[in-house]
Amino acid sequence: MIKLSKYVLYDILRSRIILAYTLFLFIVSLSMFQMEENSSKAMLSLLNIVLIVLPLISLVFTTIHYYNSYEFIELMLSQPLSRTRILLSEFVGVSISLLSAFFIGAGVPVLLFAANDTGFALLFAGGALTLVFTSIAFLAAVYARDKARGIGFALLLWFYFALIYDGLVLLILFSFSDYPLEKLTLVLSALNPIDLGRIFIMLRMDIGALMGYTGALYKDFFGSGSGILFTVGIMMLWVVLPLWLAVRKFKRKDL
Amino acid sequence: MRIILTIILTSFLLPSAGRTIIVGPNQSIRSLKKGIEQAKDKDSIILLAGVYKEGSITLTKSLTITGQNNPVLDGENKYEILLISGKHIIIRGITFLNSGYSAMNDFAAVKLVDCSNITIENNTVRNAYFAIHISNTAFAVIRNNRIIGSPLSEQMTGNGIHLWKSKNATIEKNSIQGHRDGIYFEFVTRSLIVDNQSEKNIRYGLHFMFSNDDSYYRNTFRNNGAGVAVMYSKKVTMAGNHFEQNWGPSSYGILLKDITDSDIRLNTFYKNSVGIHMEGSSRIVIQKNSFDENGWALKIQASCDDNVFHYNNFTGNTFDVGTNGTMVLNEFINNYWDKYEGYDINRDGIGDVPYHPVSMYSMIVQQNPYALILLRSFTVSLLDKAEKAIPSLTPEHLLDNKPMMKQITL
Repeated sequence: MIKLSKYVLYDILRSRIILAYTLFLFIVSLSMFQMEENSSKAMLSLLNIVLIVLPLISLVFTTIHYYNSYEFIELMLSQPLSRTRILLSEFVGVSISLLSAFFIGAGVPVLLFAANDTGFALLFAGGALTLVFTSIAFLAAVYARDKARGIGFALLLWFYFALIYDGLVLLILFSFSDYPLEKLTLVLSALNPIDLGRIFIMLRMDIGALMGYTGALYKDFFGSGSGILFTVGIMMLWVVLPLWLAVRKFKRKDL
Repeated sequence: MRIILTIILTSFLLPSAGRTIIVGPNQSIRSLKKGIEQAKDKDSIILLAGVYKEGSITLTKSLTITGQNNPVLDGENKYEILLISGKHIIIRGITFLNSGYSAMNDFAAVKLVDCSNITIENNTVRNAYFAIHISNTAFAVIRNNRIIGSPLSEQMTGNGIHLWKSKNATIEKNSIQGHRDGIYFEFVTRSLIVDNQSEKNIRYGLHFMFSNDDSYYRNTFRNNGAGVAVMYSKKVTMAGNHFEQNWGPSSYGILLKDITDSDIRLNTFYKNSVGIHMEGSSRIVIQKNSFDENGWALKIQASCDDNVFHYNNFTGNTFDVGTNGTMVLNEFINNYWDKYEGYDINRDGIGDVPYHPVSMYSMIVQQNPYALILLRSFTVSLLDKAEKAIPSLTPEHLLDNKPMMKQITL
């Protein structure tokens, strides 16, 4: 399995796209820290990158990679290897390359300019989101029949998680505003990894506003030790669940 | 000739000086009570170092009591330590310890009732119920005192410096912490609060009601339970104060309720949940303040009118302005907003397009506080952008027509 992952990794590195992605992240984060006079404002812009660009790149890159290495996968399937292993090593290879791109590209500038609580929260959320969306992309790719559909499906998922979901949450909050919604908002936030990551970082940024009456509630929950465990746990679930579904489908798929 | 002149001059000076009585553990007079008993008006008492446990001391004569090397008056958690009722009295350099607590009476370490021209300076008050309690007094000067309480609950703790129905008071350079309200004013007129530090009080740093024509300058209010509240008053001047780190569910830099004809100038609001919260206030000029890293810089209820905001700096606030209606009777002009995205073609330092300080999202959060969970999400910033292009929910007349392009140097 490790050997297979290594080949996947070599393959990805050869295409140079991941290097370009690393460079892009590095230049963007560095220039943000250089442009803004205080690092907290730069962190705010970086937050948007982590929440929007990172999932998108992870999704698109993973789906494209899956279809491009379809022949390689087929070749491997003719060997005495289990399907689960093949898919998992694909996942490990892709996620390692994306993670290292993120940690080198964004992690180094963050550690240089803002090595504080917020910085580490941002790095954690970024890493988790990369894994989550790689896993979701595998699910989309395994389910879709051809490349165009797969990428389209992945984009649709990104659109849903990054945009539509929050709109729906807003809709729900307004249509049920007469009811106590504390618990519901917590549940709703867990159903979208991007929201979960955002809240996790935000609680370390906008403490002033969040300490308002409802903010205090969120802070109590997400800021406490059990809240951090909850965030990490849900994120793990978001990685494992789509991957498990993808593996299940892949095992039965007629290739 | 010169000798005669000297004699005449000294004869003028001498009678006013009075006698000096020395009270100390090793002196002929060992208790302050006895010292006060023997003194006449205009005498001075020097209190030497030592611990005096004398219960309640009452002072009605015009005396100057000066502590030397920190004498301690201990109330043994039972008594009101010093009750003053008179005029031309100076109390200086004494440590008041452990005044009593009572649910019926407002026991205080130093209590002034029906006085005039009193100076309380360089004293230390520790572990008191009320520290300095002043009522029906004119021309009191409270200067350079250190007041440290040990807060229990709102009911069990009194105020640091408490003034009721007084006029022409000066509260200067005191540091107050750990009381219910740091400084409390009720029915106090023409008074000054200058250079004080009020922090870690469990309710307000400064609490101010029905007090007209007062000014407070250069004070620091930090980390108080609910910040500063100024209510039901007219003609109040607040300048050069620092309101910092007043965090909490109902915590404000300043809470203004029914304030009229006042002036808020050159203050700093840093890291408060809400910088200024305004309700039913009119004709206030708010200028040259800096609002930095607050949750809300301003929360202005629609019940406020004729207030003018100009030359303020708004930087790093999560929300610049929040309001609860579409009616706008206040004016914003020439402020610097770090979220402003306009341009300046003629290069006069003033942006050519107006700035709308109320964002769509801040309206949403006002209506539905749970929506705070969507703070900084992509959807919300898209909504804000759309609202900026075509305003529908936000009050379209709440705008700064001449926003500054660069931060104003204050």
